[in-house]
Amino acid sequence: MSALWILFIVLALAAIGYILGRSRAMASAGGDARHLHSLPAYYGYNAAFSVLVPALGLLVAWLILQPMVIQNVVSDVIPQQEYADAGALNLIMSDVRRVAEGLDLAVAQGALTADQAATLRTESTNVRESLGQVGVALGSDVQAYVLSAAQEYRTLNATGNMIRTILVLLLAVAGLAFAYMRTNKDFRARNVVEKVVLSLLIFAASIAILTTIGIVLSLVFNTLEFFKLYPWTDFFFGLTWAPSFGGGSELGIIPLFWGTFYISIIALAVAVPIGLFAAVYLSEYASPAVRSFAKPLLEVLAGIPTIVYGLFALLTVGPALVSIFGPQGFDWMGGSRAVMTAGIVMGIMLIPFVSSLSDDIINSVPQAMRDGSLGLGATKSETIKQVVLPAALPGIVGAILLAASRAIGETMIVVLGAGAAARLSLNPFEAMTTVTAKIVSQLTGDADFASPEALVAFALGMTLFVITLGLNIFALWIVRKYREQYE
Amino acid sequence: MTDASTTPGAAAPAAPKSSLLQLDARVRRRNASEARFRAYGVAAVSIGLIFLLLLLVAIVRNGVPAFTQTFITIPVELKADKLDKNGNRDLEEIKKVSTFGYKPLIIEAMAATLAGNGIESPFAKEKDLEKMVSASAAAQIRDFVIANPDRIGETVEFRVLASSRVDGYMKGRVVREDLARDKNLDAEHLDVTDALYDAGVLKREFNWDFVLGADASESRPEQAGIGVSMLGSFFMMLVVLALALPIGVAASIYLEEFAPKNRWTDLIEVNISNLAAVPSIVFGILGLAVFIQFAHLPQSAPLVGGLVLTLMTLPTIIISTRASLKAVPPSIRDAALGVGASKMQSVFHHVLPLAMPGILTGTIIGLAQALGETAPLLLIGMVGYIASNYPDGVASGFLDPNSAMPAQIYEWAKRADPAYYERAWGGIIILLVFLMTMNIIAIILRRRFERRW
Repeated sequence: MSALWILFIVLALAAIGYILGRSRAMASAGGDARHLHSLPAYYGYNAAFSVLVPALGLLVAWLILQPMVIQNVVSDVIPQQEYADAGALNLIMSDVRRVAEGLDLAVAQGALTADQAATLRTESTNVRESLGQVGVALGSDVQAYVLSAAQEYRTLNATGNMIRTILVLLLAVAGLAFAYMRTNKDFRARNVVEKVVLSLLIFAASIAILTTIGIVLSLVFNTLEFFKLYPWTDFFFGLTWAPSFGGGSELGIIPLFWGTFYISIIALAVAVPIGLFAAVYLSEYASPAVRSFAKPLLEVLAGIPTIVYGLFALLTVGPALVSIFGPQGFDWMGGSRAVMTAGIVMGIMLIPFVSSLSDDIINSVPQAMRDGSLGLGATKSETIKQVVLPAALPGIVGAILLAASRAIGETMIVVLGAGAAARLSLNPFEAMTTVTAKIVSQLTGDADFASPEALVAFALGMTLFVITLGLNIFALWIVRKYREQYE
Repeated sequence: MTDASTTPGAAAPAAPKSSLLQLDARVRRRNASEARFRAYGVAAVSIGLIFLLLLLVAIVRNGVPAFTQTFITIPVELKADKLDKNGNRDLEEIKKVSTFGYKPLIIEAMAATLAGNGIESPFAKEKDLEKMVSASAAAQIRDFVIANPDRIGETVEFRVLASSRVDGYMKGRVVREDLARDKNLDAEHLDVTDALYDAGVLKREFNWDFVLGADASESRPEQAGIGVSMLGSFFMMLVVLALALPIGVAASIYLEEFAPKNRWTDLIEVNISNLAAVPSIVFGILGLAVFIQFAHLPQSAPLVGGLVLTLMTLPTIIISTRASLKAVPPSIRDAALGVGASKMQSVFHHVLPLAMPGILTGTIIGLAQALGETAPLLLIGMVGYIASNYPDGVASGFLDPNSAMPAQIYEWAKRADPAYYERAWGGIIILLVFLMTMNIIAIILRRRFERRW
C-alpha cells in the first residue's frame, strides 16, 4: 500500500475518531453537554489527535529511515572489489535503484511476473533489453551483482512497506481505541488537546532551528570531506581557480573572492548614492503625492525576480556597455559579460533595498531635532547633512551592510552577467566570476558528489554562509550599539 | 546662523547695506547648495524610476514577439504509397513510418504551395524548401495520420510552424545582412518568405503553444513553450502553500502568544531573522545535501523544489505573521480571557481570525517571492532538464522531473540561439504577470480587510 493511501486511511480513521469520541462523551453525559468537563468537540479532537499524531509521526519517520536502512543493507551485498571509494559505491547504488525501479515498472506493466522479476538472472536474460522495453533506459549492461542487489532491494522494500502499513494502521486503530476508552464525562479533554496543540506549535517553531542545523551540517560535513581531499591552505590562499574533472585541479578561492568583492563594490557604488539620495528626497522634500507615487514604484524594483535582472544584464545592459566601451568605442571591453555589467545591474536591484531601509531610519529621527536646527536658521539641506544624517548614520551603515551581504549572496545576476572565467584583474570591463556563480557551475549537471571538484562547492557555500551571516550579525550589532535613543 | 544675526547692534550702523531682504554672497551660496542638494535627490529618484522604466521597456519590447509565431498553411498530400505501403491501414504499420518519411511530403507540399501562388522557386533543388518549415511539422503531420488513418490518400491542409529563422525574419530579428554567415538560410528563402507573406499563406499569429506548450530541443526554438514548467511551478507552489502557511502560522503563534522569554525562544528568534538573510543559493545547497543526497528524493522533482522554497519562505511568512498578530490589540485577548476562554481558545477563536488578512497578505507575498526564485532550483537539478512532457497526474506532478518557470527562463537564456532569448523575455512577461496578480491580490486583501485598531 502506498504512503498516500495510508495517509488517507489514517485521516479517515481520525474523522471516525472525532465522531466516536464526541458521541461517546455526549452519551456518558446523558446527552446534556452541561455535564461534560469540556465542550463536546474537544472529546472529538482528542480522539482525532490520538489517531493522527502517533500514526503520522511513525509514517514520516519510517519514510525517512527505511531508505537509509535499506541502502546500508544493500550496499553490503555489493562485493567490495567492485568499488574503490564512497563515490563509486554511490554510483553503483543509483544503478541498483534504477534497476529495481525498472523491475517494478516491468511488473506493473505486466512485462514480467513478480516471480520472474525476483528470479531474473543476468546469465539467462538480457536485463537491459527487457527493461528498455518498458521504458527504463540503462546506460550499460546490468552486472550480476547489481541485479542481485536490486532484487534484494526490491524484497526489502516490499517487506518494509508491508510492515510499515501494518504498524501505522495498528497504531492508528490503537490510538482510536485508547481515546475511546478514556472518553467519559469527567475526562479533561480540553486540557489534553491544548497540550498537544501547544507541542505542535513548539515543533513548528523549532523548524527554523532545524533548518539552520541542516544548513550547517550539510555544509560542514561536505566541507570537511573536501578538505580531506584538498588542502585547506591551497583553498584559502590559492591564486588560481582551474577545476578539471580529470584531476589535478587548482581550487584557490582568492580569484572568486576578488570577483565577488569587485562586483559588490560596483553594485554598492551604484546603489548607495542613488538609494540614499532617493530616501532623503522622499522623506524630507517630496510632497505626499510624489512620495505615494515614487516610493511604491521604486519598491517594484525589489519585487522583480533576480532572473529578470540576470537576463537584463546579459541581453540589454551588457550589449549596451559593449557598444560604448567595446571595440567600436573605447575598446576596453571584450564581451558583454563583465564585472561592470553585473555590478551595475546588481546596483539597480539594490536601490530599493538601500532606499527603503534608510527611509525608515530617517523617518525615525525625531522631528524635534529638525525643528531645532531649522529654528537656528539652517537651511533644509544643512539640517539633513548636519543633524538628520548623523543621527541616522548607524542605521544607514547597517542598511548598507545588509545590502552588501545581499550583493555577495546574489546568484542569478552574476551567473548570467559576470562571465565564467576566474581572474585576478583590476579592469572592471573584464569578465570575472564569483563564489555563487562557481557554486552553481560546480554542482549542476554532475551526479558524482565525491570528487573534490564537486565538493569544493560546499566549501564555497560554507565560506559564503559564514561571510553573509557575519555581515548580518555585524550590521544588527552596529544598529543596536550606536542607535541613538530618543525620548 | 544668518548673516544678519552674527553681529547685532554694532554691525548695523557700520554696514547699513546689509539687510535680510538682500541676498549676499554667502546666502546665495547656501541657497545654491540647498538647490543642488535637492536636485541630487530628484536626480536619484528619477534615475531609479528610469531604471525601472528601462527594465520594463526591455522586457516588453523583447518579450512580446515571443507570443506570436509565423505559421505556414500548406496542403499536404498524404500519399498512401509512402505512409501505408501495403494499403491495409494497419495502425502498427503506419506507426513504423518515422518522421523522416514525412519530410518529402512536406517538401512537395511547399513546392505545391509555391506553384499554386505563382511564386517561382529560386532553388535548384526542391529540398532546400525544407529549411523554411519547422522540424516539428513532420511530427505534427505524423500524429495527425496516426489519429486519422482513414484520411491517408487525401490532401489535408496543415498549419505548420515556420522555422525559427523565417520567424525571426518576420519579426525583424534576422536581417538579410546576417545571412552570409548563416548556414541555415539563404537570401532566396527570404524572397520566398516575402512572396508567401504577400500571398497570405504565411502569417504571423498569436501562439498559444508558447503559453501552454512544452519545451523543445535546442534546435527548435519555434516550438518551445513554457506550459509544462508552469505546471512545475504550480505544483511547487502547492507544496510551499501546504507546508509554509501552517508551519509559519503555528511557529508565529507560539513565538508571539505562548513562548516564555527564555534562551530557547531567543535562539529561535535570532535564527529566524538570520535565516531571512541567508543567500538563497545556500538553501539550494541544503536541499541538495539533505533532500537529494541524504533522503534520496527524486532529483528535479517539484516536491523537492517546493520543500527547499518552503524553508526559504518560512522566515518571511513568520515575520509578517508575527507582525499581524502583534497588531491585534491586547484588549481582544483580555476580553476573551475575561469571559472564561482558555489562552488557546482566545488565540484560535479571536486573535487568529482577526489577524488572518494580514497573514494571508504576507503568505501571498512570500509565495510570490518563492515563485520568482531561481538559484536554489539550479542546484536540485531543475535546470538542464527539458520539460517536454506534461505530468500524467497529481502524483507524477509532484514527483516526476520537471522544470519551473524561472528555471526554464534561465535554461532558455543559456541556449545561444537569439530565438531562445526572445522566448526567455516572453517567459519573463508571463512570470511577471503571475507575480503582479499575486501582489495585486495581496494589496486588495490588505485594503479590503485590514483593520486599524
